[in-house]
Amino acid sequence: MPLLEAAGVKKVFGKLTALDGASLTVGENEFHGLIGPNGSGKSTLMKCIAGAEVPTQGKVSFVNTDITEFTPTERARAGMSLKFQITSVLPSLTLYDNILLALQAQCSLLDLVFSRTRGLLHDQVMTMLTQFRLADRAFEAAAALSHGQQQWLEIAMALAGKPKLLLLDEPTGGMSLEERRVTGELLQPIKQHCSLVIVEHDLDFIRDICDRLTVLDQGKVLASGTVSEIQANKSVQEIYLRRA
Amino acid sequence: MGAAKQAIHAAVADEADVSVAEGVPAERPTTRKVLPIVEGVVLVAALLAPLVLQDYLTVFATRVIILALFALSFDLVWGYAGIMSFGQALFFGSAGYGVALLARDLNVTNILLVLPAGTLIGLTFALLLGGFLLLGRHPSSVIFVSLGTLTGSYAADRLARGWYYLGGQNGIPSIAPMSLGSYDFTEGPAFYYLVLGILVVVYLLCRFLVRSQFGLALAGLRENEQRIAFFGYKAQHLKAIIFTIGGAVAGLAGSLYAFHEGFVWPNMVGVVVSTQVVLYVLFGGSGTLIGAVIGAIIVEGVSFWLSDNYRDIWPIILGLLLLLVILFRPLGLISFVLGERERVGSFGAKPKEKRNAAP
Repeated sequence: MPLLEAAGVKKVFGKLTALDGASLTVGENEFHGLIGPNGSGKSTLMKCIAGAEVPTQGKVSFVNTDITEFTPTERARAGMSLKFQITSVLPSLTLYDNILLALQAQCSLLDLVFSRTRGLLHDQVMTMLTQFRLADRAFEAAAALSHGQQQWLEIAMALAGKPKLLLLDEPTGGMSLEERRVTGELLQPIKQHCSLVIVEHDLDFIRDICDRLTVLDQGKVLASGTVSEIQANKSVQEIYLRRA
Repeated sequence: MGAAKQAIHAAVADEADVSVAEGVPAERPTTRKVLPIVEGVVLVAALLAPLVLQDYLTVFATRVIILALFALSFDLVWGYAGIMSFGQALFFGSAGYGVALLARDLNVTNILLVLPAGTLIGLTFALLLGGFLLLGRHPSSVIFVSLGTLTGSYAADRLARGWYYLGGQNGIPSIAPMSLGSYDFTEGPAFYYLVLGILVVVYLLCRFLVRSQFGLALAGLRENEQRIAFFGYKAQHLKAIIFTIGGAVAGLAGSLYAFHEGFVWPNMVGVVVSTQVVLYVLFGGSGTLIGAVIGAIIVEGVSFWLSDNYRDIWPIILGLLLLLVILFRPLGLISFVLGERERVGSFGAKPKEKRNAAP
């Protein structure tokens, strides 16, 4: 049984059909890339999975539960996490507080009010920061970080709640080559406990870290399979040639 | 002298902001703390006020301190949770009416009964209205909440005006003074220090709350509600909780106000007073608690002075002043001395202490 299954997802915005019956299946501990030309519906599909948009038609299941109508909070509590395309770390808070904010999302109200969470979660916060190479700057404001580091902080925040599935929307957008390489390295270890759906324009990056790919074009799935299958696929080559 | 000091502080704060914006590594949390100094200065001034003020001014100052308490309630909901409540007077006024009825119909004026009762009335109304406006399955829009609270306040105003039992247009006059045993709290220094004591206690409780990890969750809520929902926070619940606490504080202030003035009237639940409290907080600086207190003191103080000296045109002058502050200092007067970093602040125990304490 797959971890995530989106079946026949359709999303209509007024006259525009952004998604026209797209499907996506992701297994446990699988890194799945979602690619396609601009406007092919990648981000919309991500949003429908994450709960930022409700599909017009179709169904999204996660860990054998129909979550199509779940709110983002309920999805997060079921084990799904999301990194937004636009960085939304809280700039005036320290890195430490940013991670703690993400970590304590499911703590009880009393723990929050009496600030017990800080004692309970301190080690986890530092572990996350160390894992993402940000520990030495833990008590600086997030605004002081470079763009790439902010993206890492954001990924660390998304991973803080130990999700079963992480949705990454363009994690390497605006990063230098070196930062992209490091991002790949940072993501590898999470494979032991977490699946990944990743929307990304950088095809080299996608090829390096993903197990399987799904190609969208005009709101429909054009092809889905392993990286080598997709690379060999004629129609996929065509749309990318057409775009180039 | 004071102004020069402020300018220096502002310059320092601006510098810090620039270094952050340019991505230069910022220093660790600054040791320079402006906020406690401001709080200390306001407290000392408030403690000394009755000693230097004439009696009629002490009465005025008592009213201002009560309004500052009311302003705290709005700062909690707007400054910390980002809920635009245009109906804060609903909780203030309904508590005022509630305790006035207790005094008129049941002869209950014992301070140990009426203040908790007023607080409870504010809390209950806020829980009901907040539950309705905020606790949907999906987050309610800012415009829905602000119109909803505004409508609530407006409706309460109309209701109070039309309801004979509540005294209609005239409200409820000649409320018996609040009592403790055989002692009656009448206008004057005793009432002033009572109110100031309550303000200090409530202020410290609020400060504890917004500087706790709950405050961190509120900061997340204020900055990006959608983001924290995706972490798994029940964002609407957080909002309803803080809205209810705000209602309780407003209720406490409203019951003190009713006994201090000796009467309640429909304006007290209406839109005018609701807007007034918004102005206090915007003027003083939201999201700092002390900004709300300073805002209430200055807006009321300036109106008092202006109305004495410029009998005819004072509302225009006051309006212009408020506009100027909101245009050029959107973060309020407090932003002259307080940098953004300290305004957002830190939460819970200091991490350093934490590490030492950990085994």
